[in-house]
Amino acid sequence: MSARRIFTGPARLAAIAPYLWMVLFFLVPFGFVLKISLSQTAIAQPPYLPVFDPTQGFEAIKAAFAALSLDNFKLLVSDHLYVLSYLRSLVVAVVSTSILLLIGYPIAYGMARLPQRWQSVAMMLVIVPFWTSFLIRIYAWINILQHDGLLNQILLALHLVSAPVVWLSTDSAMYIGLVYSYLPFMILPLYATLAKMDPSLLEAANDLGASPLRAFWLLTFPLSLPGVGAGVLLCFIPIVGEFVIPDLLAGSHSLMIGQILWLEFFTNKDWPVASAAAVALLILLVPPLLLYDRLQRRQLEGAR
Amino acid sequence: MAEELSKPEPQAVSADLPLLRIDAVVKTFGGFRAVDRLSLDIGAGEFFALLGPSGCGKTTLLRMLAGFETLDEGRILLNGTDIGPVLPHQRPVNMMFQNYALFPHLTVRDNIAFGLRRARMPRSQIDTRVAEMIALVKLEGLETRKPDQLSGGQKQRVALARSLARRPKVLLLDEPLAALDKKLRESTQLELMEVQRRLGMTFIIVTHDQEEAMTVADRIGVMAAGRLEQVATPRELYEAPGSRWIAEFVGDINLFEGQVASREANRLAVSTNAGMLLAAQPRQPITNTIVAVAIRPEKVKLSRRGPMPDPLNAQAVNRLEGVVTDVGYLGGLTTYKLKLDSGAVLRSSMANTARIDIDAYSAGQRVVAWFTPDDCVVLEQ
Ligand SMILES: Nc1ncnc2c1ncn2[C@@H]1O[C@H](COP(=O)(O)OP(=O)(O)OP(=O)(O)O)[C@@H](O)[C@H]1O
Ligand SMILES: [Mg+2]
Repeated sequence: MSARRIFTGPARLAAIAPYLWMVLFFLVPFGFVLKISLSQTAIAQPPYLPVFDPTQGFEAIKAAFAALSLDNFKLLVSDHLYVLSYLRSLVVAVVSTSILLLIGYPIAYGMARLPQRWQSVAMMLVIVPFWTSFLIRIYAWINILQHDGLLNQILLALHLVSAPVVWLSTDSAMYIGLVYSYLPFMILPLYATLAKMDPSLLEAANDLGASPLRAFWLLTFPLSLPGVGAGVLLCFIPIVGEFVIPDLLAGSHSLMIGQILWLEFFTNKDWPVASAAAVALLILLVPPLLLYDRLQRRQLEGAR
Repeated sequence: MAEELSKPEPQAVSADLPLLRIDAVVKTFGGFRAVDRLSLDIGAGEFFALLGPSGCGKTTLLRMLAGFETLDEGRILLNGTDIGPVLPHQRPVNMMFQNYALFPHLTVRDNIAFGLRRARMPRSQIDTRVAEMIALVKLEGLETRKPDQLSGGQKQRVALARSLARRPKVLLLDEPLAALDKKLRESTQLELMEVQRRLGMTFIIVTHDQEEAMTVADRIGVMAAGRLEQVATPRELYEAPGSRWIAEFVGDINLFEGQVASREANRLAVSTNAGMLLAAQPRQPITNTIVAVAIRPEKVKLSRRGPMPDPLNAQAVNRLEGVVTDVGYLGGLTTYKLKLDSGAVLRSSMANTARIDIDAYSAGQRVVAWFTPDDCVVLEQ
């Protein structure tokens, strides 16, 4: 009963604010998108049918409901263009998240082992790129990767290559861009879990006969798994839907689902198919989110 | 040539070297000497206790033995070999950490088995050893719990079991029983002594509890500011403290400062603020004239009239008169605080041998306090 008393007045408002936010800015828009995804394209304003119009009365709404169909989703499943782009999105996300983990873990580990006053400096260095606009940084990469760009100049100067390498419009360029852009999202959660690890645990493992390497695998790594989970999801989910980086750095021979969405929406003006693609993307991302939720809940239970 | 004769003895080398020799070790933290040229020999099978105020370097010394701190100076010899270059995970030394350092993602059972698995012990043996350890620390039924589902005392017992499980040659225990209640602490002390004796292990225990040190240890080392002030058996430490500081640190004591007035064959007369006191001549001859006479409270007897004249025992007796100002009933003991006629304060404690004590004194009562010269210790600064 005391718990109920706590949530009165402004406190109660604070408690429901996140839900209000979710309803207003996620569920309601998602409802719109879901509805459009079940509609048909039309040359009209808005460019789809049916349109719910409450002024036309109950029968009209019933008819509108009857006109909804799963045709767009059937199209998505049957047209290999869409299926391939989903697959490509997943592959790109898996590959770049793996690279991010391989690069980010040692960096986070090193940061956590720095003397206390250097840790905040390292943290600043990780965050500093955010002070420049994301798009500007990607354009900078285009500059670096172009035919006579910095990278090729260095490679030529070091005689590592004899002729300029084509970087732009390749998957390599896209992966460089993705890893570069998402690295802080991998490092920060990893660093947070590694930094709060009690160093005496490693000493205890050492004391009980585990070499430093074994102690890493038996203690540091398992205890950092919540951070790994958070970092992987923070990178994986946005990368699946990534649009700007593949569009600017990768070739146009195969597209990621984000690019398909853009094409359908702005070039083909096919809002229903674009909406269906967006809904399908969301459904695709539900399993990893559920997994993360499970992990977090288990961690909370452990921390009791 | 004499050396040739003694050579056939195979253990000759280790026989004159103790199991553990700590030789003038120094550890500095940014200019501060946490351990300051400390030397100590500990024999095989010994139960050694380190006693000392907080921050005097006890944990640092243990960490050097376990290999977590490098020595700035000095050597540590185990069985005659310098273990300085031996990494912690290769030392036959285990440590129970002051903060337990239990592995949070492992169950009680896996925590205890951790060291055994690293030693590549066969699984069936691990199971029996773990069960044995769990029984020893009375954690039956909690085997599958994780550390954060345990109480403070239970965690401490898991840490103890984990460090004991490998049966190291030397076990370092950093305040192993501090979080246990009195009953459990006392029974665990007995268990520790029993395990130590049965397995012939060498234990070095750090404790704040003097009674605990006295109970479990063969010898006690009193540390202050990174140095060992005295190393002695519990009885010696209590009855013949090496300095005023130790006398005050270990147990309760009455101290009276004064000047040596006269010396006889086996007796000193010291003129103190409590009056002239007779004390036995200490083993080490006193060089100073300014000294302190120390008497443990339980050696101060109280009576209404003073000691009975005893013709058989012509020994002189110290006799001080005063008024009881404070009475503290502690169950087994009653402590009295007296204001002597000389103005000095004297504490006395007496065992409550009868349930209804008609001899108990009350505040305001005039009494005579007396003790023999043999009960006094004369200490120089
Ligand atoms: N890593 C360190 N850096 C700097 N100073 C340290 C470090 N470890 C210990 N000290 C200092 O060395 C001294 C001895 O510390 P230590 O932990 O050995 O004390 P202790 O005798 O175990 O005390 P307690 O009984 O409170 O556990 C303390 O003054 C402490 O502040
Ligand atoms: Mg300590």
